[in-house]
Amino acid sequence: MQEHDLGIVSPRIERFEEPLHFTGGGSLPTYELVYETYGELNSSASNALLICHALSGHHHAAGYHSETDRKPGWWNACIGPGKPIDTRRFFVVSLNNLGGCHGSTGPASENPQTGEVFGPEFPQPQVDDWVDAQARLADRLGIHCWAAVVGGSLGGMQAMAWSLRYPERLRHCVVIAAAMKLSAQNIAFNEIARRAIMSDPGYAGGYYLREGKQPTQGLALARMVGHITYLSDDAMASRFGRELQPGSEDDTADGAPQFQIESYLRYQGQQFSSVFDANSYVLMTRALDLFDLAAAYGGDAVAAFAKASCDYLVLSFSTDWRFSPARSREIVDALLAAERPVSYAEIKADEGHDAFLLPIPRYLAVLDAYLKRVEV
Amino acid sequence: MRQDLTHILRWIKSGASVLDLGCGDGQFLALIQKERRARVMGIEIDPDAITQAMSRGLNIIEQNLDGGLANFPDQSFDMVVMAHALQAVHYPDQVLEEMLRVGRECVVTFPNFGHWRSRLHLATRGRMPVSRFMPYSWYDTPNIHFCTVRDFETLCAHRGIKILGRDMIGGNDQGTSLARRWPNLFATTAIYHISR
Repeated sequence: MQEHDLGIVSPRIERFEEPLHFTGGGSLPTYELVYETYGELNSSASNALLICHALSGHHHAAGYHSETDRKPGWWNACIGPGKPIDTRRFFVVSLNNLGGCHGSTGPASENPQTGEVFGPEFPQPQVDDWVDAQARLADRLGIHCWAAVVGGSLGGMQAMAWSLRYPERLRHCVVIAAAMKLSAQNIAFNEIARRAIMSDPGYAGGYYLREGKQPTQGLALARMVGHITYLSDDAMASRFGRELQPGSEDDTADGAPQFQIESYLRYQGQQFSSVFDANSYVLMTRALDLFDLAAAYGGDAVAAFAKASCDYLVLSFSTDWRFSPARSREIVDALLAAERPVSYAEIKADEGHDAFLLPIPRYLAVLDAYLKRVEV
Repeated sequence: MRQDLTHILRWIKSGASVLDLGCGDGQFLALIQKERRARVMGIEIDPDAITQAMSRGLNIIEQNLDGGLANFPDQSFDMVVMAHALQAVHYPDQVLEEMLRVGRECVVTFPNFGHWRSRLHLATRGRMPVSRFMPYSWYDTPNIHFCTVRDFETLCAHRGIKILGRDMIGGNDQGTSLARRWPNLFATTAIYHISR
């Protein structure tokens, strides 16, 4: 562990008894949210910063859960003492969204009304519903107004949704590698991922837990498709090229991996399927597909942002083709037209969409420069 | 503070909204914000300069001026400023048109290539001048469209651009008073306050 790391952190759970009604129908009569906090909340609760997670993320954003933890939280590059999201200044809150599979109520939780696992009967949450749940967590923690709401990818969509849904409850909105809505190509990739899961015999119509099965192969395949879209062609070329696996030329067994990239994707897929719930993945990709920032404003993003009252930082990465810089510039243009204060930088990076999780010097410098202006 | 910048400040009204094209590290923009209590925004392309400007608490958009300003609505700023960047863009006339569309008033400064030293250098040595303001060789310079005071005023006349005011800077106090009398020959830097 390095000196800039948070060290050992522990998750906490809040239980909510007040029903939460979802935008697209359905509701949860009661639910739990699992979250972590880093740093100290000041006496006026003015230094709170919310981290919104992306598709497969969760509450464990930074630090380690134990001395033997192999890896820190997913955004350890950015969160910690002396890092851009400086825990000596900010009280950082990161949670696992509803519908997830890392402790918050989700498809693998027990439905209190039936006593059975929710499975595919878990109501479909949308980004706005997550924001509502996060607002209730904020109330519970005594936070009326976030110094900043920060998120990358699907997390960036939540950050933008915060600025429209609760304009008086955040002062800064940091939107990284995101978009105001998905492109058809993006939705297509998500649909392939869902088909991969649902066509696995182990999926059992979503009732795999009740039936003692697991759509492991389908989930692994879904992750492989996703993973390709998170990397850039150049990143894959420089990391794997067309290198063969050692010994693969002698191994002609059907389906044995030949290229290193094949082996890598299989490994990533298998790892993922052992820790992620298939129904959660289906539900999270649907939430991504359904997000449309301006839909409630007649499709007019300028009219949408006119409701907001916070400052914005928008960041994109040059080789990100899943959420390309052009998508980020659309956000910036709409903010400019709505006369919102906004800063924008396109970070040159070879790593594609995944760059938002990596310690790229200019990325950290820009984030740091912006967050230093956030008064706490 | 570069001399042309203090001159620009005089034309910016208190409480104005100001867009600075090619704002660099934002030092000048921060001064405008402080001195004029202005709502300011900068456009810049150099990555390090953007970070520095953001660290001053300024709103900066990473954008290439050669791509135009189409994302900025008509007349959305009281003042659009471009200091020492006109000569570095691909289509200076189009950038001027865009500035005048986005801003109610504009200020442009540029190095005057008609300065006697440039003329002398070219006439006697037969080579492109290199000076403190233009410290690059002809092949690696960001400055690709040098012009003179007279060229600029001719462009304004052709395009119906109103010159609300102008000021000239020479090398020193004496140079400046000469520059104000005979700008095309003695100005090192020209400063124009223009509008549609």
